[in-house]
Amino acid sequence: MKSLLIAASVCVGMASVGLAADKPNELKIGITTFMSGPASVFGVPGKASAELIIEEWNRKGGIGGVPVKLFFVDEGAGTQAMLAEYRRLVQEEKVDVMLASISSGNCQVVAPLAEDLKVLDYMWDCSTQRIFEEGKYRYVYRPQSYGTPEMLSTVLYVLRKRPDLKTIAVVNQDYAWGRDSWQLFSTALKVLKPDVTVVAELFPKFGAADYSTEISRLQALHPDVVLSTAWGGDLDTLVRQANQRGLMQQSLFVLPLVESSLERLGNDLPEGVIAGARGDNYFLNPEYKDKPDFKAFVDAFRKKTNAYPIYPVFHMAQSLFALRNAYEKAMVANGGQWPSREQVADATKGITTEAYSRPITIREDGQGLADQLLGTTKRDPKYNFAVMDDIAVYPAEKISTPVGKMSVEWLKTLEPSILNMQVPTYKHPM
Amino acid sequence: MTSQLVLIALLDGIAYAALVFIVSVGLTLIFGVLRVLNIAHGSLYAVGAYTAASFGIWIAAAKISPWLSYPTLAIAAAIVGITLGSAIERLLLQRIYDKEEVLQLLATFAVFMILDDAQRLIWGVQPYFAATPLRLLGNVQIGAVTYTVYQIVLLPVVAVAVLVGLRFYLRYATSGRVILAVAEDREAARAIGINVSRVYLTTFIIGAVLAALGGSLASPTTSILPGMGTDMLVLSFAVAASAGLGRIEGAAITALLIGLGRSVAVYWAPELDVLVPYLIMTLVLLVRPQTFQSRRI
Repeated sequence: MKSLLIAASVCVGMASVGLAADKPNELKIGITTFMSGPASVFGVPGKASAELIIEEWNRKGGIGGVPVKLFFVDEGAGTQAMLAEYRRLVQEEKVDVMLASISSGNCQVVAPLAEDLKVLDYMWDCSTQRIFEEGKYRYVYRPQSYGTPEMLSTVLYVLRKRPDLKTIAVVNQDYAWGRDSWQLFSTALKVLKPDVTVVAELFPKFGAADYSTEISRLQALHPDVVLSTAWGGDLDTLVRQANQRGLMQQSLFVLPLVESSLERLGNDLPEGVIAGARGDNYFLNPEYKDKPDFKAFVDAFRKKTNAYPIYPVFHMAQSLFALRNAYEKAMVANGGQWPSREQVADATKGITTEAYSRPITIREDGQGLADQLLGTTKRDPKYNFAVMDDIAVYPAEKISTPVGKMSVEWLKTLEPSILNMQVPTYKHPM
Repeated sequence: MTSQLVLIALLDGIAYAALVFIVSVGLTLIFGVLRVLNIAHGSLYAVGAYTAASFGIWIAAAKISPWLSYPTLAIAAAIVGITLGSAIERLLLQRIYDKEEVLQLLATFAVFMILDDAQRLIWGVQPYFAATPLRLLGNVQIGAVTYTVYQIVLLPVVAVAVLVGLRFYLRYATSGRVILAVAEDREAARAIGINVSRVYLTTFIIGAVLAALGGSLASPTTSILPGMGTDMLVLSFAVAASAGLGRIEGAAITALLIGLGRSVAVYWAPELDVLVPYLIMTLVLLVRPQTFQSRRI
């Protein structure tokens, strides 16, 4: 009996040695992000967010006891260069997971490549609804917000604030997101408020330095609402030029991505502008701002970058936390052993992650369901930039396209009763 | 089309054309005399904008008179144009004037890339904005539309001053006439004792200062961020190619055409907005293809 026990102990010991050996020395994560060009206003904070989180995790042993090593790819070098580097990281560096990318255009070409390479890809910031509506993937997931709930929640918030809305104009960047977001927004608006007239559809060039002519035209047209889903330097320029010329006092501005520009715009963003955050990502999120881990993250990010975190920072956190959850779930399912890519991919479906925002659940089609926070800008002497007041948080499951349906077609079937949706609202504490 | 809308479109077009002209005339001048297509022109524009914005931010932080931000626009252009312009011409271009055009293009493209990275290293990737000069002059109401005085008065006035000043300098100043002589016939100019090398340096610095001046004048109106020089470079090429490389008045007319065309497009066919400069260039080259080959300062 004693010898049997010794033999069993040796076997268990050898098994545990074998298990330890199965674990890689490091978990390699490749991240595509804009480190150059206009979109670096998102990409650089996103990169800082990843570094901050991974440094913290590595101090505590990494993911499942395996330290994480990050590789960054500059999306600013262009899609072809990004794809070549993506392929090199997977095939030569043997990267385990890719987080790609910011650009919706890049996400559309990355998704089939990830399937071909059989590499797990978490789309960490792009928003086009087309990814999971036009394709099916085993290795591709998006653990954060996307276009349809972002635009539908904006329509609901606008109609809540301005139920008498009669005319609207749009000034969006002339590329995939600018066009797609307007299609989603205008489709929902036409269904829920059919008597609204679109008086101008302007799509200035991406990266335009001057909106003078567009502003003149909008002043001449005098619409009730001006919508712009622009972001980064383009949005900053539009807001500053429009504010300087009084357009923002003349029409209600609706800026679903302006959370990422609040601090940069300073006093140039007036009160009364409808603001969105691509999810409930906001450093003063009323449901999270007093939680210790949230405060610690905001403080650590400010210490590292001298700026408040913006939504790409939160998106990065959501992807990394979801990845850690998926690995931990897959390890449990694998009897404690290090999981294969396929096991992690399969484990990603259905996981719920809470990363400095309301929990995000990844559906069976790969899309994460992120609740949407909108507010109206207000001045608070504690900050030298506009903050959000009259905040409403819309639940993702009520404003997201059901699995298997196309967003534009689904939006056409909306019932007016959706306007009566009761959602939690919050005032900014002064 | 009401007369008020025409007036609005006209004012928008002129304001836009003013900046485009200031930058593109520098490019066309350099080509007219040095026969080099300077890709780095876009970087000089961007560095001019960054430098002017840095001065503006410094003035605000130092709490000195904000009116000083106007002379700093010109000072920034002069500093950037003279230092970078002389460095590029002396250290690089002087060695490749007799080489093939494609090599000159590649060399100035390399400078463009280096300066683009240098901007990121010095100023980072977050947008800069220094709008004091725009705000100080206030607004003016024309019909239903509010304009900034900076854009519809100051910029066109500076553009006209550049056009008149450049023409006056080239026609009546001795050093200007020497530039014309070199542009007309380099070898003959050298034979009568003109220091061609110095003329090249002077001309390149003038062109570089104009590029940087365009950037510094644009800085109060826009977000300054990496990559901003590329668009202006492409637009300047469109103007220079349409006008005829080396043609100063042609650059003014083409810039005005592009500015007006763009504002008319935003009012009546917004989908053509982006295409307008290139449609105008294509039309001009189809109707008058000889302008592209000709050179005249």
